[in-house]
Amino acid sequence: MTNAILTGLMLGGMYALTAMGLTLQYGVARIMNLSYGEFLIAAAFASHWLFTGWALSPFLGLALVIPVAFAVSFAVYKLLLTPLVRRARTRDALEVDSILATFGLAFIVQGSMLSLFGGAYYSYSYLAFPVHLLGETIAANRLAALAVTILLGAVLYLALTRTRAGTAVRAVAVDPSAAQLVAIDVARTSALTFALGGALVAAAGVLVSTFLTFSASSGVVFTMKALIIVVMGGIGNILGCVIAGLLLGVSEALVASFVDPGLTLAVNFALFLTVLLVKPAGLFGRATR
Amino acid sequence: MRTSITRRVALLAAAGAAALGLTGPADAQTSIKIGYAISRTGPNTGGAAVTTLPNYELWVKEVNAAGGIKLGDKRVPIEVVQYDDRSNAEEAVRALERLINQDKVDFILPPWGTGLNLAVGPILNREGYPHLAATAVTDRAPELAKRWPNSFWLLGTSADAAKTLVELLVKLRDEKKIGETVAMVSVADGFGIDLSAAARPVLTNAKFKLAYDKSYPVGTQDLAPIINDVKALNPDVVIAFSYPPDTLALTEQSRLAGLNPKVFYTGVGTAFPLYRQRFGNNAQGVMGIGGWSGDSPAIKDYLARHKAAAPNNAEPDRWASAVTYASLQMLQQAIEKVGKIDRAAVIKELQTGSFDTVIGKVKLENNMPTRYWWVGQWQDGEFYGIAPAGNDGARTAIVPKPAWAAP
Repeated sequence: MTNAILTGLMLGGMYALTAMGLTLQYGVARIMNLSYGEFLIAAAFASHWLFTGWALSPFLGLALVIPVAFAVSFAVYKLLLTPLVRRARTRDALEVDSILATFGLAFIVQGSMLSLFGGAYYSYSYLAFPVHLLGETIAANRLAALAVTILLGAVLYLALTRTRAGTAVRAVAVDPSAAQLVAIDVARTSALTFALGGALVAAAGVLVSTFLTFSASSGVVFTMKALIIVVMGGIGNILGCVIAGLLLGVSEALVASFVDPGLTLAVNFALFLTVLLVKPAGLFGRATR
Repeated sequence: MRTSITRRVALLAAAGAAALGLTGPADAQTSIKIGYAISRTGPNTGGAAVTTLPNYELWVKEVNAAGGIKLGDKRVPIEVVQYDDRSNAEEAVRALERLINQDKVDFILPPWGTGLNLAVGPILNREGYPHLAATAVTDRAPELAKRWPNSFWLLGTSADAAKTLVELLVKLRDEKKIGETVAMVSVADGFGIDLSAAARPVLTNAKFKLAYDKSYPVGTQDLAPIINDVKALNPDVVIAFSYPPDTLALTEQSRLAGLNPKVFYTGVGTAFPLYRQRFGNNAQGVMGIGGWSGDSPAIKDYLARHKAAAPNNAEPDRWASAVTYASLQMLQQAIEKVGKIDRAAVIKELQTGSFDTVIGKVKLENNMPTRYWWVGQWQDGEFYGIAPAGNDGARTAIVPKPAWAAP
């Protein structure tokens, strides 16, 4: 039992980590980023390249990859998405436009990765030793990823709830036109939040690459999983995102250990549907309409 | 006025000559057009990029460097037309239709994977193209070879794969090297379903105790619960019919959990160079599907040429890569024996001829080879074939597998 819950927490932590960026991008900037998983994989490749080529530890690599990802995401928002934001009459229209634009972007990013790295699987070994915790054995790299997730989640949560900038971000998430009335620069806040989401997904990519095998075309898996978690947790809610991720991870591990590993996907979707039926806005979402 | 008439006449004459040229004496072939649609994107990309594409490219490069394929008394170079099938059956069929009707290619090389090879089988049969399926494992192979006489199933059947593995286990049990407890996990997709379904009855008939027998969905990102359960059962043999990402994850998890069975067997991906690169000395003793005669000079030479030609000095996988390359050699030799672009004759030649390839002499019976490598094992940095034991170059299995070491 302890074992199943521990591995579930590891897996759930990873899910939460890979979804946190999307909850900011979708919840605040209202960009339904379908190229999300591709950016995650791009960061994983960057980490692989830094580690195998330059022997740079992925945790040091984070210091390099995160700022680059922030800058790239900021540029993507400014160049590709700002025209859509300007054109969109309503937030719903922006969502639809952003789906199309980022769908195209996904192919561009994936295509560049395919031409740079080829289609083969990539994997490397880092912090791959067992750690004994509560009498159980778990992988150090997964534990490290969980620790970073908790850290990032906590910092983000505090930043969003306790700082002025965070309040502005939440205001934009709730009602951008009202936010404008109290002198919040909505365009700037959206751009910065989107970039912050990009930085988070890069962090996720680096951490995930230490224990998962990936290839240039495996991004879509992460986009789908992140989307489920974001919707389940309540769009734009960091706490909801973490809890939804952990819930999925733990339920998967429990089902795999006590029922049948073949049913993990089924339990995932059952949980997702149940949450949506009981709380259509997600676990921590507020019904806005 | 006069000039324009002459011009028109000249044009007409030229057009007429060109039209006649198609059926007339100017039948001379200046190149052989070879087309293929391969997964450059989508979930099959990982497999196609390791096993299929580098071999196609290597073969074309080598043949053209040697002046081309010999047709009669002259050599003509290969011209390649290629598309991306996006790992999608409909797309693969569409691409092949285009290759046949629009590009009018002379020969078609198959896509990667069982599913796509089954999908393109009917069209290749209808249009009379030889279909050298080098990366498909299916129990329907003998039946398909009958229904589509142009198709050649070079990787055999999953029933054979399972049978050979169990025969090896029986032999090891007779030698008192292993006990009788077996744990089997499989991915809930084509390969895993087929192989576990084939292995289940064979294992029970051989009086093995199947202590664990479960499947997991494709793309499962944490296999720790499975390995923990298996470890609690302390089996002698662990069999995983897995896909490449799971193969790596299961190995990693077993090492972390300290699951040290006497026989550790994993599925697709075990024979990939990535496996050795990822696990180093820990690969020693791991068994997997496939294998090759690692000591044969032809294989060593092939390995060196592959490394020299592929980007980043990539190595081939130790199973279907060599078979894929051998299938291209067979196609070339069949075309050269026929001496012209006559697909029906080439198919006939493939059915009856015998061919010198990197995997040795190949002669097909009922459109299938008579020898396969079914179980391989990492031994000192090379993935040698160990079963069937009767194959040339078969090595003796290292059992028990050495315990995992810290990385």
